[in-house]
Amino acid sequence: FSGAGGGNDIQWCFSQVKGAVDDDVAEADIISTVEFNHSGELLATGDKGGRVVIFQQEQENKTQSHSRGEYNVYSTFQSHEPEFDYLKSLEIEEKINKIRWLPQKNAAQFLLSTNDKTIKLWKISERDKRPEGYNLKEEDGRYRDPTTVTTLRVPVFRPMDLMVEASPRRIFANAHTYHINSISINSDYETYLSADDLRINLWHLEITDRSFNIVDIKPANMEELTEVITAAEFHPNSCNTFVYSSSKGTIRLCDMRASALCDRHSKLFEEPEDPSNRSFFSEIISSISDVKFSHSGRYMMTRDYLSVKIWDLNMENRPVETYQVHEYLRSKLCSLYENDCIFDKFECCWNGSDRQVSFSSTHTIVMTGSYNNFFRMFDRNTKRDITLEASRENNKPRTVLKPRKVCASGKRKKDEISVDSLDFNKKILHTAWHPKENIIAVATTNNLYIFQDKMN
Amino acid sequence: MFVRGLKRKCFDGEEDIEGTLAGIKAIPSYNLQRQSLLDMSLVKLQLCHMLVEPNLCRSVLIANTVRQIQEEMTQDGTWQMINTQSTGQACLDRLVSTDILCRSSREQAEGKHVPGYSAFNKDFEGDQAQDSSETMSTASSVQAPRNLQSNVWEMENPQENKGNFQKSLDQIFETLENKSPNSVEDLFSEVDNSYYDLDTMLTGMMSNTKMGHCDGLETFSSPTTPASNSNCKSDLNELDHIVEILVES
Repeated sequence: FSGAGGGNDIQWCFSQVKGAVDDDVAEADIISTVEFNHSGELLATGDKGGRVVIFQQEQENKTQSHSRGEYNVYSTFQSHEPEFDYLKSLEIEEKINKIRWLPQKNAAQFLLSTNDKTIKLWKISERDKRPEGYNLKEEDGRYRDPTTVTTLRVPVFRPMDLMVEASPRRIFANAHTYHINSISINSDYETYLSADDLRINLWHLEITDRSFNIVDIKPANMEELTEVITAAEFHPNSCNTFVYSSSKGTIRLCDMRASALCDRHSKLFEEPEDPSNRSFFSEIISSISDVKFSHSGRYMMTRDYLSVKIWDLNMENRPVETYQVHEYLRSKLCSLYENDCIFDKFECCWNGSDRQVSFSSTHTIVMTGSYNNFFRMFDRNTKRDITLEASRENNKPRTVLKPRKVCASGKRKKDEISVDSLDFNKKILHTAWHPKENIIAVATTNNLYIFQDKMN
Repeated sequence: MFVRGLKRKCFDGEEDIEGTLAGIKAIPSYNLQRQSLLDMSLVKLQLCHMLVEPNLCRSVLIANTVRQIQEEMTQDGTWQMINTQSTGQACLDRLVSTDILCRSSREQAEGKHVPGYSAFNKDFEGDQAQDSSETMSTASSVQAPRNLQSNVWEMENPQENKGNFQKSLDQIFETLENKSPNSVEDLFSEVDNSYYDLDTMLTGMMSNTKMGHCDGLETFSSPTTPASNSNCKSDLNELDHIVEILVES
């Protein structure tokens, strides 16, 4: 990664950037989630204004073998609207917290999108032909006077300009008192879970008026509340298994076969605290902001404020690997607490399954974001890591991105950036990796960057 | 002799905060930091968005931090029960809190933006007054936070120090009383002026109903609870409460 490797390391190049150019960011345009579908052909983003924008990859141009298809806008729709809870005199934000794609079963595409309170199943379908030649209707839809019909013909389908329609097929509402932070589709492709701060519910995709509560950590006395659920995910292969993470840095694995209410975990993953690093901020930075199973299901990855940890599901007492994302922030925690950055929820992702990084080896790489529009990748095989920047300055296609380095202390070398110069308003919280190829989508505040590896 | 003059020194931004003043006044320095962290945390708990429900995870984490500090201060013996409050300043506080609560969340959010984290990167104590008041002044309450900060310095006057902590608690009670983070029943919880214990304060924020409808009505009719009458939003919420009661009965 750092350039020292041979031909095995990925060289990331700028491919595209989507979104407004100006620095004045409209709040509604802030990207809040990014997700590739199962084939990688579609890339969905959700924003604070409740909109979903789906990009589609162009079919690969056979003559231009040195680049993959570009992503262009395929569909845009308003998924959620702002609502008002009259009971509490509070607004319900329309911000899209998560999007999850269903695997494709027919010509249409389906995705789940959620805001703080309501989950919706959207059907995205194409229409590229329409019937023409009706006997009783004109082409514009007006009905003809039957007495003018002298011959009969059979209507035929004729091609038309492609139209992509999004329609809400299911609305799953009124099941969450607290704010939804996660949705996860089960490997049975029939059920899914939704998690809020204190509860997790199980739904059937066909049934909207009922959901089953499978986890409830709300204390009888809210005075005793000290821990909340921060993320949840189904196991990729075992349809009875899921995990949820907490604000205290623990991950619980639950088996739905054990009991209807999975309040007792099957496994509890927690790393003992390092006493030498203890401070008043220890708990806050241990809070897990994202949890993701590996494609095989053998491992899971968690993201807390300063690090990414890889856990083996067979070992509960500590992670098998820990990667420091921005350890230089540890001495700045008080400032980051003051400006609330310490509560930023960074996500993390795995590279696609069984993909080849180079001709000769298959690597597992994990990716996560940081500040100053930096994002980091850790190669689990070579143990090398790289820091890259999502910036319009590097926006020439096929230009290899230059690795970045933050100078934590001491003399700053040329091209290094000192910690004090970092822009904490430029944070990369959401990243996604194409399921099959070396293409990544990285969201800055209001722009979506697409990078791909240099093809020779 | 002003503590501030004593402690101010040239600070290399890269040094660990706790490394400064090593040996000279290590213990007060830690106490000041801790007190400042406590004050900051209380302000954070108080300044919730008015229109949108506050982030529960963030609130819980801040509350846990406050609890941690309280536990440590209790062990140190620096935590004392607060007995009285000066009424004159209390009135000011209520006005101040009214101002906070009447501002839109956008105003608060915009004003709250701190230019750079480096404000806290310098000598923690030396610049604290200015930097924190930058942060705090966004809350628009001019009087109380400045009092908070200026009194942090007067180590010889612990009584006043606690008095200022009391003010911040009051502000939180008023906020809690007029907002319902999680449950409608929160609005029914009574705010008692003898409520100085941190646990009870946190209780007020997190708890479900502790009183029945009748008690809630008594709270409304009672003019003696000072905090409940001062807020500009209280009328609106009282109406909501009454409607709630009527609907449920």
